[in-house]
Amino acid sequence: MVKSTLNVGSISEGFVLDHIEAGRSMDIYKYLHLDKLDCCVAIIKNAKSNKMGKKDIIKIECPIDFMDLDILGFIDHNITINIIEDEKIVEKKQLKLPKEIRNVIRCKNPRCITSIEQELDHIFVLTDEENQIYRCKYCEEKYRRRN
Amino acid sequence: MRHLMSPLDLTVGELEELLDLAQDIEADPGKYAHACDGKKLATLFYEPSTRTRLSHEAAMLNLGGSVLGFSSADSSSASKGESVSDTIRTVSCYADICAMRHPKEGAPMVACQHSSIPVINAGDGGHQHPTQTLTDLLTIRSLKGRLNHLTIGLCGDLKFGRTVHSLINALVRYEGIRFILISPEELRLPEYIRHDVLDRNSVEYEEVVRLEDAMPNLDILYMTRVQKERFFNEEDYVRMKDFYILDKAKMKLAPEDMYVLHPLPRVNEISVEVDSDPRAAYFRQVQYGVYVRMALILTLLDIHID
Repeated sequence: MVKSTLNVGSISEGFVLDHIEAGRSMDIYKYLHLDKLDCCVAIIKNAKSNKMGKKDIIKIECPIDFMDLDILGFIDHNITINIIEDEKIVEKKQLKLPKEIRNVIRCKNPRCITSIEQELDHIFVLTDEENQIYRCKYCEEKYRRRN
Repeated sequence: MRHLMSPLDLTVGELEELLDLAQDIEADPGKYAHACDGKKLATLFYEPSTRTRLSHEAAMLNLGGSVLGFSSADSSSASKGESVSDTIRTVSCYADICAMRHPKEGAPMVACQHSSIPVINAGDGGHQHPTQTLTDLLTIRSLKGRLNHLTIGLCGDLKFGRTVHSLINALVRYEGIRFILISPEELRLPEYIRHDVLDRNSVEYEEVVRLEDAMPNLDILYMTRVQKERFFNEEDYVRMKDFYILDKAKMKLAPEDMYVLHPLPRVNEISVEVDSDPRAAYFRQVQYGVYVRMALILTLLDIHID
């Protein structure tokens, strides 16, 4: 049997999001609104990883001041962000939990004002950094992760 | 410009100043009778609440100001689909300060983000009701002379009762506070408050089911109503609503200097025979509610009377 290798070329300027939990790259694509970007995006699923067994990788070719990646700290703080300039890694960004998350997750409390006023931003505030707890800015309902 | 969304918006120092002012108003109301001449309070009540609305209005009238507003969503532009942010922008042109009650949690927070006048949260669903907490604190301080080193019994619906949750949050900031949590198993204080508030602040507390067991040890007994609207079925409500009834026999078990508070309205959890007991303080509490709202209006409008 012939083993085939998928090659995705390097990028000259942008980001490589590495060590994404296998299968979650499409979630991140959605959270970062990458579908709305007019630039080259490559999603690599189930790549081999010594550390993780398999992992996902996203490569985004865009100016490095173009994107706010702090939200990734909320999604999965194990992700590595490599910042690329002139085809070289110039920085590995440490992820921190963002203090505030806007319009990424929605408040599910049916008694919250956001449930009836559709134009309101859904804002969650980091209220307990140690336990990674976010609460709705309006009703203070705790955000519960799916997993 | 300041708003009041939660009792914790005020530091302990600011709270002390506010309560001092309220006690000065109680001692000499005439001094403040024209403090708000020419000022207007808008009461924006999207759901009926006679007591809270009238208390805010009485507070402004006592200060020489005037009031305008609505007392249900049906009589406001909300019935035409107007957003809270549009309503508050409009009302900001008519009044100097506003008190808002809304059935949805966080509505006053939306209002304060778009308001050019101070906003008082007069209750937002099951979330916050800070002026009730200020009322409770003023009542306790006036009757007991302090807010520290007290044993407070909280009785009834500790699961859904927002006044209880708010009061706990406000009192844990004082030294030597001890709680006795008196409730049936089904209406226990939620785990997140026991853990995040009481345990985290190393506050001593015990949970008991029988009110009689707690009575001899209390400085304050804070009774609450079991609210029908919190139950999904009638049967559970009927079973819970008669769980605690404070009567003369139980009052005999309490110390002479213990006081009974209740945010009102009561249903049957305090027998009317208790009303004549000098330790029954729940109607005095209503009066303190007016004084503390007067102090709050002056504070948010930054009006000082020498």
